[in-house]
This record gives sequence, structure tokens and C-alpha cells, in this order.
Amino acid sequence: MNAAGEPVIAVEGLTAVFGETTILEKVSLKVFRGEILCIVGGSGCGKSTLLKHMIGLIQPAAGRVLIGKTDIAADDDEELNRIRQEIGVLFQSDALLGSMTLGENVALPLGSVYGISPETVKFIVRMKLAMVNLAGYENHYPNELSGGMRKRGGLARAMALDPKILFFDEPSAGLDPINAAELETLIRGINDGLGTTMVIVSHQVELVLRIADRIIMLDREEKGIIAAGAPEELRLSAKDPRFRRFLFREEREKGG
Amino acid sequence: MKMTASQVGYVLQVQSGNPSEMILALSGQISLVDADRLLAEMDALLDNRKAAAVTVDLAGISYMDSAGLLTLLRLEEKIRRMGRTHAYLHVPPEIQRLMDLIDREGLTRTPLRTGGASGGVIEAMGDAGFRTAGDFSAMMIFLGDLVAALTHIISHPRDVRWDDVLVSMRRTGAEGLPIVGLISLLIGLIIAFMSSLQLKQFGANIYVASLVAVAIVRELGPIMTAILVAGRSASAYAAEIGSMVVHDEVDALATMGFDPIRFLAVPKLIATVLVLPLLTLYADLFGIVGGMIVGVTGLDLTPYTYLLESQRAISASDLVSGLLKAAVFAFGIAWIGCQRGFQVQGDVAEVGAATTSAVVTSILLIVIVDSVFAIVLHYVDF
Repeated sequence: MNAAGEPVIAVEGLTAVFGETTILEKVSLKVFRGEILCIVGGSGCGKSTLLKHMIGLIQPAAGRVLIGKTDIAADDDEELNRIRQEIGVLFQSDALLGSMTLGENVALPLGSVYGISPETVKFIVRMKLAMVNLAGYENHYPNELSGGMRKRGGLARAMALDPKILFFDEPSAGLDPINAAELETLIRGINDGLGTTMVIVSHQVELVLRIADRIIMLDREEKGIIAAGAPEELRLSAKDPRFRRFLFREEREKGG
Repeated sequence: MKMTASQVGYVLQVQSGNPSEMILALSGQISLVDADRLLAEMDALLDNRKAAAVTVDLAGISYMDSAGLLTLLRLEEKIRRMGRTHAYLHVPPEIQRLMDLIDREGLTRTPLRTGGASGGVIEAMGDAGFRTAGDFSAMMIFLGDLVAALTHIISHPRDVRWDDVLVSMRRTGAEGLPIVGLISLLIGLIIAFMSSLQLKQFGANIYVASLVAVAIVRELGPIMTAILVAGRSASAYAAEIGSMVVHDEVDALATMGFDPIRFLAVPKLIATVLVLPLLTLYADLFGIVGGMIVGVTGLDLTPYTYLLESQRAISASDLVSGLLKAAVFAFGIAWIGCQRGFQVQGDVAEVGAATTSAVVTSILLIVIVDSVFAIVLHYVDF
């Protein structure tokens, strides 16, 4: 949408290696403030690996990831903690802690900020749960909720500290169309209302085409990006047949 | 506009034209870290001034996160409750968007379930009682299923998955040999050493051998081996079957026409019942060797006399009753291990609980069965 100005995330020459296999080779990309960037690609193309690098769970074999101006692999703990408060992640499995109630899960990130009264924490939890249409569920345990509710609960937790950047790993995986649509509306609403920058990893083409401001496609053979741009722009100009096949379901291979 | 929640914070100014109206002008940044302070400050202002109308001017706000806005909403709620009127002035568009995102009704909705408060000791005891009863009946039902599966197997031995039996025998038996041997050796050593301290005083050194032999073969061999196998294998069975339940593999088996108990539990049961008596024999041997080490090194006995005395002390019935016990323990271990696995419902976290419970319950069962054996063997002259 407002793909201009300073990038909030910059991936520079990132190389990812697992054992002997190189997954990503010299990948560079930028994410701009307030945009929804979707990273797509077939299975094994390294999109989840890229995401894990972007949130600092894996150290790059070469290259670096900057969030704002900070190298996420830097060993400055204080700086890293500040960065962590500015990002939220919704994992593919909701990653809610099963031993805690939904409310306690959402309150978890608030514990990293010093000196907030329990009363305020309670209200923030309620507000975040209400934002994801889960008002009233704070005392439920994750295993008592449906998949869609857990996903939204995970989103509430990711949003607890009003992060500037939200990362999603396959947000609609395992959700029925209604729940997926509800999550999609939420993602849009949060992006519009809070101006949150979003990075979404997904292989669900319909979701990506509806939601993305910009799309980046990774490919396993290329070990990197084969196409990038806004959906409409790509529809008109992208030439790569792998990309067109993936996103627009064109030119299916014969017999396939 | 600075986007980070900073320590700079906000400025609160009171502008009141006339005494019945109060305008609170907020400027700067309001974020999570300022929320409690702002609320307290506003409270003080509201208590001091009795203005009937309160207007909050947001013109100077450069940044506000959702926690900051929440503070304003809580304040608004409070002012309304005090019977005063409330209004906003100069709401910046981004704050308006944020306001639209917040579901005000959701903020005050009471939780669908009250949290935490449990109903005291009596209720907890009652709960525990019901749980235990439910647990017991689940165990008994599974026992029935297991026996039914076994009777089917007896008439259809080809239905047993013998490959799985061999795998389980290797895991339960062969892979357990080092630890069972080591523990038995040490137990034999300890008993011999402790009893020798006493028996030496009476010059009854030679009886160390018979004491160790009888204790190991009748009681300690079977029970120590069974406890080790319960720790190693009951937990493994529960974890294996439990995670299969979580991943719908058990349901898949059922839809393909396999009886999950016959498919999963029976091979493990057969393997355990075959292997545990053998392990027990092996443990007996190592226990006696352990005793012999003390006898030979500390009591001036020759290996020959020691073994001869041991052999004299043990009767065939001691050995047989020990092995019989081992077989019954094995049945209990496989029964409980598998039952705990099948009991898992849906959640991975339950697999851990099932594993723990499999070990604890099977050890309890082993001790109970051993006591029953002790009493029965006392009265029945075997």
C-alpha cells in the first residue's frame, strides 16, 4: 500500500544452509512500513526458513537481517529484547501454551514490560481477545477451543504489545473457509487500523491474492526469489512460468 | 511520528473555561508503560474537581498504542459511572481507526467461565475419588478388551503380528540387559555386604550365600526386574500408543478394519510376558554373582562353596514362583502401559501425563501383585 520510504525489515544476501543442503542462496528483500508482504512458494522452497531467519530463530549462514537498523543476529541482548517487543509472530500451529489459560497466554508478552498493574494487564487481555472476537474466553484452556479460535488466540497473543511488525506462518492452514475468512478479515482490519506491517508466509494462493500488497515467490531450484511485485502488476508482467502456474494456475504441465 | 513506546511519555494539562466544564488536554505519547500513571493522575483530577462535563482533547497526541487508548476508554467508563458527561475533542484519524478496532462491549463482558476458584478440600477429595473410580473402571474395561483379544488370538494365532512381537522383545528384553544386569549385580552386592556385617559376628559367613540366593530368586530378582521394565517399557508403550492416538493413527487402523488392541497391544503383551521371566532369570544370576563377589573377597569363601550353598538354599519352587510372578508382572506392565496410551485424548501434552501414569500405576500394580503372591504362597504350600 505505502511501499515507500525506509524499509522496516531488510534481508541482505541471506544464505541458509541445513547440513549439506543450501536452502536459500543470497536472498535480499525489503519490507516497507504498513505493507502486507506475502512470501509464497511450493513445499520445500525455504519460505518458512526465511521467516525463521527474519524473526531471529535461526542465524544466517551468510548475510544478515535488519529490523529497523538492528541486525537481528547481533548479540546485544538489550537491543534484541527491544526488537522482540516490536515483533509478533503467529505460528502455524497456534503455539499457545497448553498449561495456561487463553488469558494467561495473551498476558505472557506483557510480562516483559516492567511495572504494569495486574488490573491493566487484565484489561489489555480483554481488549486483545475482543479484537479477535474471543471476548469472554480468557479462562478457557487452549485444548477447549476450536482450531480457528486457537489461531485467533495466538493472534491476540502476538498482538499483545502492539507490535510494529506481525509475522504469520501459514495463517489459514488447517482452518475451514469461514474461519479462514474471519482470520483474513482480522488481518486486514489490524493492518488498516493499526498500520501494522505484516509478513505472511503462505502457499494458499487465494488468500495471498486477496490480501497481499506485494508478493515474493521463492523457488526450490533457484534457492531464492523468482518473482516479486504487487499482485496485479505480477499478473500482467511476470513471465516466469513456475510463478504463473503457482499463482494464477496457468499453463499446467501436460498430463499433470 | 515516533513509533516506539518511549519513556518520554505524555503531558496532561487541565484547561477549564468555567467550573462546570473541564477540558483535559493530552499531548505527547501514551503507551503501555504510561497507562497506570495516566490513570492514577486522571483519577486524582476527577476527585478534586467537580466539573459535570469532562472533555478530553487529543489534538496533541503524537502516538498512542492500544494500551494507551484502553486507558482513555477506562477513564471514559469511570466518568460516565460518576454521572458526568464525557466527550472527545480533536481525535486524530489514526486514533479514530484504533477506536473503531476496539470492541467496547467485549471489554466489559464477563468471562464465560470463572477462573481458578476451586471448591475447597471436600470437593477436591470428591473429584479425586471420582477420578480414581473412573480410572479403575477404564482399566478394567481395557483388561476385558485385552482378554477378548487374547482369546481371539488363541484360536487365530496367525492374526498375531509376530514381527512386532520380536521388535518389542528386542526393545524390552535385549536392550534392557545391561541395566538389569548392573542393577541386579549391585543389589546382590549390597545384600551380601549388609548381611555379612551381621552374620560375621556369629561366624555364620556361609549363610550369606543362602540369604542372598533366596532373597534374590524369590523376591528381589522378579520385583527389581519388573520395576526396571515398568520404567523402561510401560512408559514406552504409553508414549508410543498415546502419540499414535494424537496423530489419528489409531483411528486410521480402526477404519482399515484392524482392531487397535489386537494390532498394537497384543504383540507388546506377548513380548513382555515372554521376555520378563527370561530377564528375571538373568537378573537372578547377576544378583548371585554380586553376592559371590562379596563372599569371595570379604568372607573368605571359595566360589565353589558359595555356589554350592546358594544352590542348596534355593528350591525349584522358589525359582518357579519367581518366574511365575515375573510373568504376571509382565502382563500388568503391558496392560497398564497400553491402556494409558489408549486413554490419551487429542492433546500431545496428555502423552507425557499418560507416560508418567503408566510407570507409576504399573509399579503400584507390581507391588500389589507381589504382596498377593507373598500371602498366597505362604498358605498354599507350593
